[in-house]
Amino acid sequence: MAKITLNINNKEYPLEADPQMPLLWAIRDLAGLKGTKYGCGVAQCGACVVHLNGEAVRSCVTKVSRAVGKQVVTIEGLSATNNHPVQKAWQEIDVPQCGYCHSGQIMSAAVLLREKPDPTDQDIDDAMAGNICRCGTYLRIRKAIHLAAEMQKKTSQG
Amino acid sequence: MDNQTLSRRNFLKTSGMTGAVLSLGFYWPGNAKSAKIVNAAEAQNFGVEMNSWVHIDTSGKVTIFDHRAEMGQGSYQAVPQIVAEELEVNLNEINVVFAQGDNKKYGNQVTGGSSTVRGSYKNLLKLSATAREMLIQAAAAKWGVDKAECYAEGGNVIHKPSGKRFHYGELVDAASKLEPPKEVILKKRSDYKLIGKPLRRLDTPLKTNGSAIFGLDKEIPGMMYAAVERNPRLRGKVKSFDDTKTRQIPGVKHVFKVKMGVFNTYREGVAVVADSTWAAIQGKKALKVEWDDTGFEHLDTEEIYKRQREALQTQEGLAFKKQGEPSEIIAKAAKKIDVTYETPYQYHAAMEPLNCVAHYQDDKLEIWGPIQAPEWVQDYISKEMSIPKEKVILNMTFLGGGFGRKAFMDYPHEASVISKEIKAPVQVVWTREDDATQGPFRPGITYRCEGVVSNGAIDAFKVKMAGQNNAHWRGGKKDVPNGSASEGFLKPYMDSIKNLAIMDIPFETPIPTMWWRSVYASTNGFAYESFLDELALEAGKDPLEFRRAHLKEERLHKLIDKMEEVSGWKNRKKGEGFGTAITECFASTVGHVVKVSKAPNGGVKIDQVWVVMDCGWYVNPDTVRAQVEGSVVMGLGAATIHEVKFKDGMAVDSNFSTYQMPRITDIPPIEIHIMENDADAGGVGEPGLPAFAPALTNAIFDLTGKRIRRLPFSLATV
Repeated sequence: MAKITLNINNKEYPLEADPQMPLLWAIRDLAGLKGTKYGCGVAQCGACVVHLNGEAVRSCVTKVSRAVGKQVVTIEGLSATNNHPVQKAWQEIDVPQCGYCHSGQIMSAAVLLREKPDPTDQDIDDAMAGNICRCGTYLRIRKAIHLAAEMQKKTSQG
Repeated sequence: MDNQTLSRRNFLKTSGMTGAVLSLGFYWPGNAKSAKIVNAAEAQNFGVEMNSWVHIDTSGKVTIFDHRAEMGQGSYQAVPQIVAEELEVNLNEINVVFAQGDNKKYGNQVTGGSSTVRGSYKNLLKLSATAREMLIQAAAAKWGVDKAECYAEGGNVIHKPSGKRFHYGELVDAASKLEPPKEVILKKRSDYKLIGKPLRRLDTPLKTNGSAIFGLDKEIPGMMYAAVERNPRLRGKVKSFDDTKTRQIPGVKHVFKVKMGVFNTYREGVAVVADSTWAAIQGKKALKVEWDDTGFEHLDTEEIYKRQREALQTQEGLAFKKQGEPSEIIAKAAKKIDVTYETPYQYHAAMEPLNCVAHYQDDKLEIWGPIQAPEWVQDYISKEMSIPKEKVILNMTFLGGGFGRKAFMDYPHEASVISKEIKAPVQVVWTREDDATQGPFRPGITYRCEGVVSNGAIDAFKVKMAGQNNAHWRGGKKDVPNGSASEGFLKPYMDSIKNLAIMDIPFETPIPTMWWRSVYASTNGFAYESFLDELALEAGKDPLEFRRAHLKEERLHKLIDKMEEVSGWKNRKKGEGFGTAITECFASTVGHVVKVSKAPNGGVKIDQVWVVMDCGWYVNPDTVRAQVEGSVVMGLGAATIHEVKFKDGMAVDSNFSTYQMPRITDIPPIEIHIMENDADAGGVGEPGLPAFAPALTNAIFDLTGKRIRRLPFSLATV
């Protein structure tokens, strides 16, 4: 066990953790932020995606020690009022069904939109193929990412 | 919006309700089919506890209880949308609370059979209209006017001639003292303001910022975390274990043998309790367990299917339905079709792995979890652990998918046993590997279909199924045919096909099986609808025309008309890759048309899927579409990827690396149409699934001439 400090959503969390512990469980069990989900534990499903210094990472296979000194952003910290363009588009299209995978879907989509503000279908495939949705909301995810891109453009122009 | 489960005692306080409250609920006298609507005083007279379905407080705030699980199918949206319509309140002013498990209060709470709306909408409409009428009556009395001069709108009662108004909060005190009217007039469908509209789901905002509480997110003070290394064989026991290394892992607190119920059998494992999920999982991995696997067969998948095929050739089975002389006609026929269809075992693979929080205390057991069947859990645990049922308190969370698996009692039972042992609250977390390998699964079923056509119509139709019957696991009789042998098959065929037999060959293995989305329709539908395609071809008829000729019911003809219209069916050219199938499931009928073409690099590509859904009365067309989209995606996985394989009595694939899921790159365009009619509500969550696989394989036959009779198959190599 080691004393570490994580910066999650711009807040310092002093924690005592096994440095080998995946970031996922530190976020959930130690910092108590439950929005990031456990799906597979082997980087296959994307339910656990968070941003580490702005990059989308699978927190289930990222050691907590790797996050020390870096900025971690989870779904709870993506926006102050649930109003990131991706969140707004998800609400507008009513993307989620059970909703369990969508923290990860949204975090992946947010990085895509930052990197490619006007993504093609191929860009969406490339960025989102690592996120599984068992309810099968994929067509809506695609539609919502295009809508989020529109919303983002309007915001940056306005 | 509050998604916590609250007990009635805490409810008034927590929901911020003050002063008088108008509460209405149901009372089911005896086994009456229709509920009686009661207020609190009447409930007391009947000696029943008020189930308090709808509450309005003095601020006008409306709170309703969702009596069913929300696992993606939309009960959290459908129930309030129904209530708001007849109550005349705005949807966004309704607070939704998950009801606790209590079937005495809420009736059947098992979320299964696509029954949430179809099973309760008539009662909910009536209840809401009753509350509205009582509020109108209270307002009219206050004003001293005729109630016919008053109407309700947007949470207010308005006196039409004067324009005077009361908001509901001002009326609840008076209204709560009135006796509910015996009869109320319900709105006509054409007058609906909310029902039938694609309104946004109330739970979506909770699911875009991480605030929805799923079972795995539940935390209670003092809670420990547990992972269990269970016998990898489906009914095995623990012989001995070595926990030396486990106990060296920081955070591990307890290690002990644990036993959970699997229907009427048990499965054993070793529980590792720790102060974090990670430590518990590490501790589980470090265990060395010797298993006792005696007393049951260690089967391989191929052995199962071989036995099914043999049984279909040598046994006649039990008759689910038999009319005319199908066997005689088939025996004498100069030409008959005699084919076998095979469907695999399937894993539910909800994104949220199984988990459950339990807190065993001296005087009660409290459970929080993603649970589809609270009353079954209460009954089972009450019996297994000798706790009175009313002391088993079931709190519902959001479910991260269910698909039938979470209607099972093993995981809450195991969590309860562990909590009792450690004398503390505990959350048991199943790893993905546990979830994927330990069942119950959808049974794999083999079908033998024999038929004769003459003069362009079916002369004899005989199908036999050999596969596990889920009912057997729940104590069902073994000398009766599977009650779901015709699930998926359109009932009117049984009127038009005079010589027909649907037979079930009893078949058992040690593998526990359970409902999987659309249940037997998911396998029957593939067999029966592929077979109909083969019969149509034999008869020289167009597959949809052939079905129409055998379905003498106007509602179905309209569905077929719509399928033809939207897919351009009549203008398709021969061999262009069109296939169709129509199945019935949980009182809804769904037709699929699939178009395929040859993929540039070999194999087949799905160009388009058209789905026509006839679910009768429905609440929210966007929810219906979402459920059908999801059903197609799940059906696609089941048809082209998924099979749970067993080797030496163990499930082989343990994670998404080998049990691969359809991904965003795999999804064809899906166009959905909903039939408009006044028929009673049918199911929505499951009926969109079964017809997809046969429509796809029928389309592949149309394109390539290759008949696929075994699932899954690979689109890339077909």
